[in-house]
Amino acid sequence: MTPEEKIWQLLEEVSDPEIPVLSILDLGVLRQVQVREDGKVQVTITPTYSGCPAMNTIATDVKLKLLSEGYKDVAVDLQLSPAWTTDWLTLEGKRKLEAYGIAPPVEPDGDIHALFGRDPVVRCPLCQSKSTRLVSQFGSTSCKAHYQCQDCLEPFDYFKCLK
Amino acid sequence: MDLHHTPTPAGQEYLPEKRALLLDYTLQLADTSLILGHRLSEWCGHGPILEQDLAMANIALDLIGETRSLYQYAAELEGQSRTEDDLAYLREAVHYKNPLLVEQPNGDFAHTILRQFLFDGYHFLLLQQLQNSPDQRLAAIAAKSFKEASYHLKWSSEWVIRLGDGTEESKARLLKAMDHLWMFSGELFLMTETEQQLAQAGIIPDSASLLPQWEAHVAKVFAEATLEVPQNVFMQKGGKIGRHSEHLGYILTELQYLQRAYPGLEW
Repeated sequence: MTPEEKIWQLLEEVSDPEIPVLSILDLGVLRQVQVREDGKVQVTITPTYSGCPAMNTIATDVKLKLLSEGYKDVAVDLQLSPAWTTDWLTLEGKRKLEAYGIAPPVEPDGDIHALFGRDPVVRCPLCQSKSTRLVSQFGSTSCKAHYQCQDCLEPFDYFKCLK
Repeated sequence: MDLHHTPTPAGQEYLPEKRALLLDYTLQLADTSLILGHRLSEWCGHGPILEQDLAMANIALDLIGETRSLYQYAAELEGQSRTEDDLAYLREAVHYKNPLLVEQPNGDFAHTILRQFLFDGYHFLLLQQLQNSPDQRLAAIAAKSFKEASYHLKWSSEWVIRLGDGTEESKARLLKAMDHLWMFSGELFLMTETEQQLAQAGIIPDSASLLPQWEAHVAKVFAEATLEVPQNVFMQKGGKIGRHSEHLGYILTELQYLQRAYPGLEW
């Protein structure tokens, strides 16, 4: 295992503070790890949304995790480009989201930037019904929309598609 | 730990004069998203229903996220010791370059929706083009925010339709908002000298060229909302060159209070 691979493995234990079932690897927020010859570790992360308030916490958690594992010199950088997309959520991440009660992003069947496009069919993470309705495009965090199931009537979060 | 750091000089590939133009423009974009984000945040806890309260807080957060990236870049372009926080908290109203539209008070929900709709159409089109800027930082910030702006425009367009084609009361309120706000829409597409020079150099889109597409979108939404597009309205201007309405002073008084009262205070 290379020194970088070792760090990737360690950082699997750092989770998103707002969706604690997801690691920063599942989420696709961890972009790059570099270990220099002098031992300095450079970790690059990217925000899901511009104003994501979790970024500072994630950066601190990454640093604390690596310091506690004996790394002495750790720097965390924030990178904007290429911009994060829900395509970077891993399959494992999507599975964990659904098990946690958050519907994972659904591929749009048209141009996501089209203004009057149809909303995607989102499956209820609790009863699997496809009869659900969008309550609000904006939910409990930047990355989620608010839905309700028409069969089991439960309200739920949908991790909205961002491309 | 925080992600703010002392600005490292950026834009060294530009001649000083070009760098100064880029700084001026980056501040204009940053001030615009900051002031509108602040206005929207005033709704937090006061929205007409919980879902829309959350929507406005979410959009405010996106705008303030965009603002931070822009001020960080501006601080690096300036290459002095000022940080993103200094740029937001320690400048006077006359140095703010946001268009007048975004500093207009929230009014009622219809007023806020219409202000947002007029802005979102412009913001969406501008970011769509700015993603292709040869300036890599502006292109990266635009690409990031463009994805978010699509959701904003969809939201405000749907609400204009819902209110316009809603009840007598909702339509009357939207029309009243129109009387007050339409006159501020022209400034969005009015190019400052800085914008003209940067557009000529191919660094930013020509914002005047975005107008036809904006008008087409407005006409489409207004048609569905059973509203008429106002004609021959005298357009206000001045914000982009620092001539603001008195509202901006009140915003800054609140926004900058903590840093003015306790200079250098940090979390």
